Amino acid sequence: MADYTIKVRRFQPESGEGPYWEQFDVDLEPSLSVLDALLQTKDREDGSLAVRCSCRAAICGSCGMKINGQSGLGCKTQIGEAQELADKKASAATGASNGSVPIVIEPMGNMPVIKDLVTDMESTHWTKIRRVTPWLLPHGEAPEREYVVEPESMLDITQSMACIQCGACVSSCLSMEADPDFIGPAALAKAYRFVGDPRDAETVERLHDLAEDPHGIYDCTHCFSCIDACPKDVAPMDQIMRLRRKAGEEGIEDPNSGHDHEMAFVKIIEKKGTLDESLLLQESFAPGVKGKLKPSKRAIREMLGSIPTAIRGIRTGKMRSLPKLIPGVHHKLPDGAQDEVQAIYRHAEEHNEEFNLYIKGDEGELAEIEAEEAAND
Amino acid sequence: MTEKIKVAYWPGCVSRGFTPELHGSMALVAERLGIELVTLDRANCCGAGVIAEHNQELADTLNARTFALAQQTGLSMMNICSTCQGAQSECQQRLDADSAYRAHVNEALSGQGLSYEKGKDGFTNKNFLWLLVEDYGLDKLAAQVKRPLSGLRVGPFYGCYIVRPKERLGYDEFPDRDIYLEQVIQALGGEVVEYDGARKCCGFPVITMNRETSLRQAGTHVGDAIDAGADCLVTPCPLCHLNLDMQQPEAAKVVNRDLGLAVLHLPQLVGLALGADPKQLGMSKHIASTGWVEERLGAGAVA
Repeated sequence: MADYTIKVRRFQPESGEGPYWEQFDVDLEPSLSVLDALLQTKDREDGSLAVRCSCRAAICGSCGMKINGQSGLGCKTQIGEAQELADKKASAATGASNGSVPIVIEPMGNMPVIKDLVTDMESTHWTKIRRVTPWLLPHGEAPEREYVVEPESMLDITQSMACIQCGACVSSCLSMEADPDFIGPAALAKAYRFVGDPRDAETVERLHDLAEDPHGIYDCTHCFSCIDACPKDVAPMDQIMRLRRKAGEEGIEDPNSGHDHEMAFVKIIEKKGTLDESLLLQESFAPGVKGKLKPSKRAIREMLGSIPTAIRGIRTGKMRSLPKLIPGVHHKLPDGAQDEVQAIYRHAEEHNEEFNLYIKGDEGELAEIEAEEAAND
Repeated sequence: MTEKIKVAYWPGCVSRGFTPELHGSMALVAERLGIELVTLDRANCCGAGVIAEHNQELADTLNARTFALAQQTGLSMMNICSTCQGAQSECQQRLDADSAYRAHVNEALSGQGLSYEKGKDGFTNKNFLWLLVEDYGLDKLAAQVKRPLSGLRVGPFYGCYIVRPKERLGYDEFPDRDIYLEQVIQALGGEVVEYDGARKCCGFPVITMNRETSLRQAGTHVGDAIDAGADCLVTPCPLCHLNLDMQQPEAAKVVNRDLGLAVLHLPQLVGLALGADPKQLGMSKHIASTGWVEERLGAGAVA
């Protein structure tokens, strides 16, 4: 047994007071969980400590919380590991070990707190999940018995099907922190679960809906927080990128110019090998490379909005030299290198293979299993 | 004495575009530290996650080409951009995971006499931050300091791509990669400022798609650092620098408060401690004035 101290952010609405911190000492094996520590506290110290939980085995998704600032499940985080992380964080700023510091436990972020560690999942998480029509929309008569599909055709959505709706990704989402209207990682991962489902007949409509919402797929800032937070390896951000790819393939125009930005980036590297930022800005809003030179009202507004920044850049010398100021005048790769880049484009466009690490697994492990099987035969 | 470090150097795109001071200060600091840079001038953009979003195989092949060019020199690779680190690590992870996929990607490079080989000569690709701590060494760095950053309160700002996702970025072998900036600041004699935004997103990836969200992120983090008493921020990512420095006056409007906090590139902070002249480090090219930092350090060239 070992002693740990947990520091819990508490909120008791009936008291009329604001949130406050309270520390408790717990006594348990390092391999037991942060949830175990909370339940021991509830049992021995303060029965009013509120925490949601059920299975204690990372299946039900009830005990989402922040531990040392990281969103995850209380039952899947060992108290010993949580202590190590707390100590590392505490010593980072000073470089000296501060001994054992309390493990900080908070309710999930990006949603209202009802009491202590219990958050209101309804007003954010579930509302956003319902926003993406999270059920199958097949066409035609339902088959007499089950739908029959090739097992391989379901592989791509296996990852998103693993979601247990714990909300840890929503809690960690840095886009939602700045824009609460963002549909968010959990709901968008769920959306991909149906967009990628071979039985669904409204894939294109779904993609239009998600791309045309200004707080949809192009509102993700690509920060990877949800990938690290998810206890089930759903990798919500990867699913959002798949949605973008599919929306792009459908040629869907979005109000955020997300697809135009993507295409501009891809075309510039094909033409120049390295990024010409001035050209990227221009092409993201008024795509000439796509053959349409008519900027939208939003594009004109955005371009005008970027003028003060450009003027400041010129003033400090950041953009004094011509190549940095004029879109399209940018250095090129040395002799023949650009041809090599273009050859890669041709090859990749021909194949466009997607490699899903979740499906393919690690080569080393597979080789080991195969070797073992061969040895057993 | 450790061996002299020599690396295949990928400067990235932005360090030669909107943040020329980064490329310049890196060259100056490398010389002072005795790190030899062999520039990969034929290499291409990492795709910054955007090309992968469009066509994963394209991004993987473009980066395989860069790795192959680095491997031709027989050296390991160094980059100076968190986003390059993350985007290239992502592609390298996929290439390393499956020999058949690697062979398929290499087929596209064969016409160029190039091939990416997993683990060849212990090949690694490290951001300057990682190289500084893991290969150069903090003790050796501290011994080079000519102008200790005493009393300078520095807020670290990592950039998402260099800290997440953890399973991709070598944390098994190097579990402290998410506190290296703090360690470097201390080795240089500075004081670490703790604030909320150190490992959060600067907002740059959505600056063209959702300007307000983007600028709110940048403005919030800069504001939090100011409230925590920072004299400046330091970042290993030029894209973060664009949002935190170049866009800072616009971010100030969105968060509706005065900002005005210097944001230094990592080589600039190292360069200051090594005694370099702020002007030579390109600090006059910043949007948010670095005057306060220079004043604090009584800066001019030391030696």
